[in-house]
Amino acid sequence: MEFKEKLLSSYLAFEEGLDLSDTVHQTRAKALKTFEAKGFPTKKDEAWKYTSLASLINQDYSLFPKSEATIELKDVRKYFLYDTDTYKVIFIDGVYSPFLSNTTHDGLDVCLMSAALSKPKYRKLINTYFNKMAPQDDSLTALNTSYAKEGAFIYIPKSIVAEKPIEIIHFSSGNENALWLQPRNLIVIDQNAQVQIIERHQSLKEHPVVTNSVTEIYLHQDSFLDYYKLQNDLPSASLIDSTYIAQEKNSHASVHTFSLGGKLIRNNLNYFHKGEHALSTLKGVTILEGKQHVDHSTLVHHAQPNCESHQDYKSIFSNRSEGVFNGKILVDKIAQKTNAFQQNNNILLDDNATVNTKPQLEIYADDVKCSHGCTIGQLNEEALFYMRSRGIPKKEAKALMTYAFANNVLESVQLPSLKKRINQQIANKLGVNLGFEL
Amino acid sequence: MLTIENLHAQVEGKDILKGIDLDVKAGEVHAIMGPNGSGKSTLSLAIAGNEDYEVTKGKMLLKGTDLAELNTEERAHLGVFLSFQYPVEIPGVTVTNFIKTAINAHRKANGLKDMPASELLKKIRDTAKLLEIDSKFLSRSLNEGFSGGEKKRNEIFQMAMLEPSLAILDETDSGLDIDALKIVANGVNKLKSKDNAVIIITHYQRLLEYIVPDFVHVLFDGRIVKSGTKELAHELEAKGYDWIKELA
Repeated sequence: MEFKEKLLSSYLAFEEGLDLSDTVHQTRAKALKTFEAKGFPTKKDEAWKYTSLASLINQDYSLFPKSEATIELKDVRKYFLYDTDTYKVIFIDGVYSPFLSNTTHDGLDVCLMSAALSKPKYRKLINTYFNKMAPQDDSLTALNTSYAKEGAFIYIPKSIVAEKPIEIIHFSSGNENALWLQPRNLIVIDQNAQVQIIERHQSLKEHPVVTNSVTEIYLHQDSFLDYYKLQNDLPSASLIDSTYIAQEKNSHASVHTFSLGGKLIRNNLNYFHKGEHALSTLKGVTILEGKQHVDHSTLVHHAQPNCESHQDYKSIFSNRSEGVFNGKILVDKIAQKTNAFQQNNNILLDDNATVNTKPQLEIYADDVKCSHGCTIGQLNEEALFYMRSRGIPKKEAKALMTYAFANNVLESVQLPSLKKRINQQIANKLGVNLGFEL
Repeated sequence: MLTIENLHAQVEGKDILKGIDLDVKAGEVHAIMGPNGSGKSTLSLAIAGNEDYEVTKGKMLLKGTDLAELNTEERAHLGVFLSFQYPVEIPGVTVTNFIKTAINAHRKANGLKDMPASELLKKIRDTAKLLEIDSKFLSRSLNEGFSGGEKKRNEIFQMAMLEPSLAILDETDSGLDIDALKIVANGVNKLKSKDNAVIIITHYQRLLEYIVPDFVHVLFDGRIVKSGTKELAHELEAKGYDWIKELA
């Protein structure tokens, strides 16, 4: 049986115990029809020209873990940014782990999607925001919606500044042969509120895992979001991340994506402006090796005047790794005085590494500032010789240049311990110890 | 310190050095002069181990070690330092981080632990003071947006930090105004000792007013065609290089 068929035929089992007359479930059922009609995207789809899911979907996965896995805190503590100074929403094989988590309802809501979907007190928020930012016609998002039940739910009320960052972590234990996960997150940041969020997906053992994740984020007027996606998973794990962000007037949404490991990673990062003077920041550092594949597909939809967006993606590829950057900026006719900037710089360290970079600017307004630039190159040989002539070994010299290349993205990380962590991960990846932080 | 015997070197298949003999002893300062295209920079890059410069014949010994056996960084660890004619800009790496990485790489190669941060900072401060370098300069990206003079001064700063046995100053005087030239020369003179040696590669005699060479060699068409003492530099300044070409 093809995996698509399994997803469709397993739906009855998923529906067991759910209230089928509920509006949320009607949304799910409708989404399943969309997925059934469209199926998985193929390379014939323009948006998937350089990324093939064939190798992922030609095998079987468990959709629901058979047994509940337990994980010792000591085994996963290293994946936490802080032991106690963060809120945590933690899942093991898609199932919430109350033991590892640290949720709250005290002044803000950091809790579970399953609770938000079922409890009356959240009904209004769910009706207003759930599946409202996500497009209805995207097949993978529809697939996620059809099975949407668990994930993180975050609500930051008006004028509240979340005093601790929130970590959303999905572990896969390796108990299942192969696992297909579909977390669904909803984040609502009310007027003048602020929050920092870190999201990661981590396999604890080498085994095939595919995560088809959807996150919807709504920023009200004057709110601020600082979001970090840490993608440093085992080479057996794949991630399709679709994130949809709607921004009202004067809000600022910043997303940093660090793609340092995994089999196949696809980041669909979408911004939509609903009010003037919104600011969108999209930054990424990608460092790949082996046969890893990362595809950054961004869309910033400037639908209001006087908004600003900044994109800066730096990528380094070695061995046979592959990268795709597909950055679209869409400026509607009414979005006058838009400032939209996009940078994508790539370094290929080996002849067999490839990158496809495709900036797309669709501009219907006539008074805008938009720019894009992409480069593909190699490490500067002259600079390498210069460093080596100072006694810095070739490997360290390359690492130093790699850091330098990615530095302006690393520099903008606002959480010092996260910055340190990422520096360390990059150093480990490059096999060096530089002994300082940039 | 450095012994070069019958050195031949090629760049992209073209012969540039055609039999260089040079003997530099510890405590000495040698100047290598010559017109453009005579092979001065090729000689310095060949000593430093740039892989684009292929040694086809002859050999170079530093403190008795055959340099052919060593790659660029290993030569640096043994004590070779090249002050570049055109220092490379490295955006994103500060002067301080760069020199820290370089010093600790040297120490690691010599079986030493990293230099303690306080010691390193003191050394950086003292050296910056010696070369009249503003401390703000140290937190800037290496050579990025530096003026010609700042780049050269930064080269000498690195030299002073790394304390090489053999320093090769390739056209260090170009791009320096007279005040900067004096500061740089003063720095080099303070670092000079009986245990190290300096090779100054220059087109003009200007720098040699301040760093007085023990020997002057004239390079032309890949060979040393004349050697002498500092008076030779004066003679070249007065008469130009044309009479040298006739010697060759």
